Amino acid sequence: MTPEIALLLAQDGITTGAIYVLVALGLVLIFLSTRVIFVPFGDVVGYAALTLAALQLKRTPGTVWLVLTLAAIATVMEVWALIRQRRFQRLPQALLYYAALPIAPAAVAWFAAGYDLPMWAGILITLAVVLPISPLLYRIAFQPLADASVLVLLIISVAVHFAMSGMALVFFGPEGFRTQPITRAFFNVGPMSVSGQSLLVVASAAAFGLFLFLFFERTLSGKALRATAVNRVGARLVGIRLSTTAAIAFLLASALAGISGILIGPIATLYYDSGFLIGLKAFVGAIIGGLVSYPATIVGALLVGLFESYASFWNSAMKEVIVFGSLIPILLWRSFATRSGVEEEIEEEEGERQT
Amino acid sequence: MRRARSYLIVAVAVAFIAVAPAMFGSFTITLMNYIGIYAMATLGLVLLTGIAGLTSFGQAAFVGIGAYATAWYTVTQGGSPWIGLLLALASTVLVATILAIATLRLGGHFLSLSTLAWGIAIYFLFGNTDVLGRYNGLSGIPAISIGPISLESAVAIYFLIWIALGGAMLLCRNLLDSRQGRAIRCLRGGTALVESLAIDSFRIRLAVFVLAALLAGASGWLSAHMQRYVGPMQFDIDSGIEFLLMALVGGASQLAGAVVGSAIVTLIKNVLQDVLPSVTSYSGQLQAVVFGVLFVILLQKARGGVVPIIRKYLPRPEKKILPAAGAPMSRRMRTTAAGQAVLAIDSAMKRFGSLAAVNKVSFEVKTGEVLGLIGPNGAGKSTLLNLITGVLKPNSGTILFQGRDITRAPPRYIAAAGMARTFQHVKLRPNMTLLDNVLLGIYSRTRSGFLAGALRLDRAEESAACTEALHQLHRVGLGDRYSELAGNLPLGQQRLLEVARALAADPALLVLDEPAAGLRRLEKQTLSDLLRELRAEGMTIILVEHDMEFVMNLVDRIVVMDFGVKLAEGLPAAIRADARVQEAYLGGVA
Repeated sequence: MTPEIALLLAQDGITTGAIYVLVALGLVLIFLSTRVIFVPFGDVVGYAALTLAALQLKRTPGTVWLVLTLAAIATVMEVWALIRQRRFQRLPQALLYYAALPIAPAAVAWFAAGYDLPMWAGILITLAVVLPISPLLYRIAFQPLADASVLVLLIISVAVHFAMSGMALVFFGPEGFRTQPITRAFFNVGPMSVSGQSLLVVASAAAFGLFLFLFFERTLSGKALRATAVNRVGARLVGIRLSTTAAIAFLLASALAGISGILIGPIATLYYDSGFLIGLKAFVGAIIGGLVSYPATIVGALLVGLFESYASFWNSAMKEVIVFGSLIPILLWRSFATRSGVEEEIEEEEGERQT
Repeated sequence: MRRARSYLIVAVAVAFIAVAPAMFGSFTITLMNYIGIYAMATLGLVLLTGIAGLTSFGQAAFVGIGAYATAWYTVTQGGSPWIGLLLALASTVLVATILAIATLRLGGHFLSLSTLAWGIAIYFLFGNTDVLGRYNGLSGIPAISIGPISLESAVAIYFLIWIALGGAMLLCRNLLDSRQGRAIRCLRGGTALVESLAIDSFRIRLAVFVLAALLAGASGWLSAHMQRYVGPMQFDIDSGIEFLLMALVGGASQLAGAVVGSAIVTLIKNVLQDVLPSVTSYSGQLQAVVFGVLFVILLQKARGGVVPIIRKYLPRPEKKILPAAGAPMSRRMRTTAAGQAVLAIDSAMKRFGSLAAVNKVSFEVKTGEVLGLIGPNGAGKSTLLNLITGVLKPNSGTILFQGRDITRAPPRYIAAAGMARTFQHVKLRPNMTLLDNVLLGIYSRTRSGFLAGALRLDRAEESAACTEALHQLHRVGLGDRYSELAGNLPLGQQRLLEVARALAADPALLVLDEPAAGLRRLEKQTLSDLLRELRAEGMTIILVEHDMEFVMNLVDRIVVMDFGVKLAEGLPAAIRADARVQEAYLGGVA
């Protein structure tokens, strides 16, 4: 490996790593505020990229149908729950949140498809369409079991992924897509030529890292989310509504997924199931950070990107084996680093067993 | 009578499977072959996920390792499928052991996430390895033959599959009803109890993990020689998720759930394959959607799966039939004579940050005495107890138990040495019977291993243990209710059950952590009668308690703690008169 190649691989690794950073931040955000290990998050990233690709090809993105279906199910569930609890005065609000707001952007996308959209319009529509997916999934699949153990939530998560990736194939078909680059600029820095697209990715990751930091440090909602992460019962006792914090977390995470998808679209050819692998690699990064710390997550996700980049140079066929296999030594190291963290987690299961 | 009827159900099921080839065509038999093969792998998952509580999405990878091992050997080396079986089992055990050592120390969701990761890694490994045929897989795998009989036809291998599955289920059932099986069943619900029973939780987890992989490997072997082909797509992560779905649909805490779940999922799959192609061209994918949705509904509405629902409508055997009275169990060796110190604590110190929770505390517990450890809230009693039982390690000082230094020993070592404890917050296994809960206490006095349990070579030891456990249950007044579930007892009786479990360990020192907390007056009376009886028998006891009245009438000596230090030590009457103690409790009495 010559130094030039090493540099090139490093640049590549940092760019994909930055995408993993965005995805991993979303995963940690969701995990900390709801204890859901949101496996279908990667699928949402994939949906975002493929939605933009479809819009650029002047097709109606299948995401529209997904959002309509999810909104319909969530609305029925919410309305039914409100009727059973006889809280009729909340019905208009429920219809607004679960029906009107998600359906509006989907309708826009449906009308816009087929027109030659400028880049910025395509991106905005994509973001707006993708935004409700995660909160709706939460309402449908997770909220009815919000107090179940992390493991049960994880199994549900995997089941939701199962359904989401199946639908992705139905909606987008088996062929791969690549979106048009947002910028075609190139910069020569010393011996390297750096693409504007890479810079955009890294800058976005940095900006969102900063945004999340400010959100958690400076805003009341951010502090409520942090409180929920530390102690759910305690948060509830001081008047934080867990379903509200969950909705905020999923909405924020959905935005992160949308942006990640839009950024990765021009860099890699994506298939209906690519999102899942992106999500899992971000998980590897988040696990390096222990699923608890945002800075450690950023470092972990960048490491995964770099590692993947060098691994694909060394043996591109075995790239995935190497990246996912690397989790085992990492976990081994973690298990020795944090000896006693295991107990409470398992303890929690006791209450929810059925007799 | 009732028991006879539940045997009848098993008999009908076995008879149905035996005569099925005569009743159905080859299509149905092939379907049943798949059900059997999947059930074998799911059986492993039921043990691992449903019973031991370790959720794995990677079961398909082990099926794949078994299938590829035999496929590689029989196709490229031209070997016999029977050697292939050995190779399949050996390679799954090897990989499972390595993965287990690397990941089993992790907590619940990290472990499960790691199964996703290595499940995918192994899939890509299959798909990118030249000798395994890359994504094309390996075809032309020979059929199994037993002597001159070739099991090439669906009907021929049908019998092999179902006999193997039946055998595996029988062995698993035996295992779960044995010493190590109870250890497996008590893994769920936290390691604090497990370790306090002298059970090496890591070793048990390792054993279950490898056992689950072994069943998957056997399933893979059968699958390779039935389909005569292996390919990576059969063992991708989606298949791993499907196995988990099968286990959960059937009822992950029941062995029968493996067969029921495998049958339901396989049949639904079959129906979907017939119906969906007429609706859409992406039928395979819509199948995943249907399964995903089904999975979510199942977890939201019926987390226990199908078998427990069926069970409700079936007669339950009223009582477990006890084995005939066994030989009395040998007592533990006592290394200290009456009056000598069983436990000697010398300037034990435990800091949490800048707070000295236990500050240079020293005292001894003599053989045959009942020592009360009292003090107001936050005095450091619980921390001290954690130091004694090995849950926490002191910053300095030493603790000797029967003359042996246990200062840095882990809880299970201390438990094995003859210290038994109860917990401030009762730790029982609510879904196990009273008898099984007390039998857990006997774990450290018995020796039978996994194989002995599965093959029923442990019956002599088992009946001796049962007799002993029943004796202890009778002693606390719960003898007649041995077959009830521990979770159905009220708190007072749960505490008594904990005492019975501790007594079953034949302890040299019994540590009771606030046994009277939360008890009603009558329940307190029963408990104190029991403790008085134990004292009369010469049992050495440390009793941590808030309730002064309760302690004063029971103990020989008292140690009082306040703010981490030992405030006073002496006879109950002297402690009662001690001005410092009164001040600590009442906040300054004139």
